[in-house]
Amino acid sequence: MTEFLQHIIDMVILGSTYALLGIGLTLIFGIMNVVNFAHGELYSFGAYIVYLVAVLLGLNFFLALIVAVVAGFILGALIEFVLLRPMRGADIDTTMLIMIGAMIVMQNGEQFVWGGVAKSVPTPFPELPLVIGPFSVSWLRLFVLCAASVLIALSYYLINRTKLGKAMRATFQDQDTASLMGVNIQFIYMATFAMGSSLAAAAGALLGPVYVISPQMGNLASLKAFAIVILGGLGSIGGATIGGFVLAFAEELGAGYISSGYRDAMGFLLIIAVLLFKPTGLLARSERIG
Amino acid sequence: MKRLVPWLAFIAFASVPLWLHDPYLLNAFITTGIFIIAAMSLNLLLGYTGQLSLGHVAFFGIGAYTSALVSLGFNVELFAGIRVVHDPWPVWSGFLIGILVSALCGYVVGKLSFRVRGAYFVIVTISFAEVVRLVALNWVELTQGPLALTSIPPMTLGFPGIGYLDFYSKQSNYYLVFGVLVLSYIVISRLVHSHVGRAMIALKENESLAVSVGIDVTRYLVLAAMFSAAIAGAAGSLYAHYLEIIDPDVFSFLYTITMVIMVITGGKGTLAGPIVGGLIFGFVPVVARSFAAPEVQWMLYGLLMILIVFVLPQGIVPAIEKWFGVSERNPQADIGTRPAKIQDTP
Repeated sequence: MTEFLQHIIDMVILGSTYALLGIGLTLIFGIMNVVNFAHGELYSFGAYIVYLVAVLLGLNFFLALIVAVVAGFILGALIEFVLLRPMRGADIDTTMLIMIGAMIVMQNGEQFVWGGVAKSVPTPFPELPLVIGPFSVSWLRLFVLCAASVLIALSYYLINRTKLGKAMRATFQDQDTASLMGVNIQFIYMATFAMGSSLAAAAGALLGPVYVISPQMGNLASLKAFAIVILGGLGSIGGATIGGFVLAFAEELGAGYISSGYRDAMGFLLIIAVLLFKPTGLLARSERIG
Repeated sequence: MKRLVPWLAFIAFASVPLWLHDPYLLNAFITTGIFIIAAMSLNLLLGYTGQLSLGHVAFFGIGAYTSALVSLGFNVELFAGIRVVHDPWPVWSGFLIGILVSALCGYVVGKLSFRVRGAYFVIVTISFAEVVRLVALNWVELTQGPLALTSIPPMTLGFPGIGYLDFYSKQSNYYLVFGVLVLSYIVISRLVHSHVGRAMIALKENESLAVSVGIDVTRYLVLAAMFSAAIAGAAGSLYAHYLEIIDPDVFSFLYTITMVIMVITGGKGTLAGPIVGGLIFGFVPVVARSFAAPEVQWMLYGLLMILIVFVLPQGIVPAIEKWFGVSERNPQADIGTRPAKIQDTP
């Protein structure tokens, strides 16, 4: 039982970063109808920015996190402007191929710039974990949970309570009508992609120091983000949050009780199962976002 | 002129081992040929039915592993102490069983995943490939996991009363791959010019219309997936017996990407497209390896892929045909001129 509860604690912490990944992707997928294969690369981009700022430049760790989020935002806006804006209105397969191309370029660019050796980032948190009764949790992971929760809450607020969020929701429902009502669709698309990218970069920046940073870390992150989006249902932030926790739960239990080798298979099995039995996702509200 | 091109290409490529003796270049030809077969099989799905399968490498790898295991033999415990022991069989039977198992997987995956379309289909196919990769990596008793299956015997053909034909040398492997390639080309060409192929193209162009004229969409998609998986399995089997070693990296996503790049560069939905694209991307690494690291090469491929989608969305072959004003009597033209044919389709 204690072991099970320890798994639950690990699951909540992992799930919070998965939720960040999922929210970013579900916004892009839902609003722009773009399958963002480069999502995982923005995730590893965030991690490498933290490495660059905190280790190579030797600056403050928390500053590095903020820089990573901002850099992810800028890179996302740039990708949207250069690659997706000229292809507006193209079918989903075409944009998918473009994003796969972007993924290949970014991943191998990372390999080229940083080399294949995995990097680790030292953090200002104490080495010894926080021990409460029979459970232990490291301070770094606790911080990751708090930071991720704050970012999730901010995304909720942005989508549901601000004018920009309202315009995004309107665009999701009906792009043409939203455009007629004076919503600047081009701006909404760019904001969506930049925001989704910055959330992915934030997830990478937070998880990078927990594990190690390597150019391949984005591969699985992309696929996991897809799993989360499919679990939660397209365009649903609440769904993506819950999807993140469900995936983390399945992975923790799969790794803990079946075999750690099949840990990553859990997400894929979940994708296949959900699409076969409930293709609209667990929280299907395909006509709404928020 | 148009009719002569395939024959000229056939003669040119059939004569390659006669004048080319450099083993490195011959090796490049053989692996390129194997990937062209795989790309042709992907083209059947991507180009003719319009379904982007990004898990195609699963069928390639399943063909490779099945063929290797049938010819190597294995001894595994399934569950509750039940052991499955398999003695080594002749290599040609491994090749055929590899094709059959791949086709069967194509059938099952098609049956399950064609319930969803577009992005969801793509993600289901990727998930399938990743699950198969993780099984190959973790089921060590069967596949040796990351240690790889080694000393896979090269292809051997037995003729009762005549003797055996071994494919040890590069030359003989070249002709083996070339023969399978030509055979796959003929199969695919017959298929897409039959009523099945017209039905596939009809549902790519307009699925609801195709349904309304009585085309059983799922049936044709599953059929395409089966043929496509079988041919990819044949390519995988050739790959395993040529290299004589395979590891779970044979399922890597980059191989699928390689096939996709070959197909879209050459021209999806054309018979020659995967061959042209395959030759380009099979030999670019040979030329580029002298001055660029692998990751730089991959960056170039990624950029090229983006560029082609932007500039030549139809691919090279259709662009050349347009340039020379060749109006291919292609299946699309059949649809335009003879719609009655589609309605006849059961």
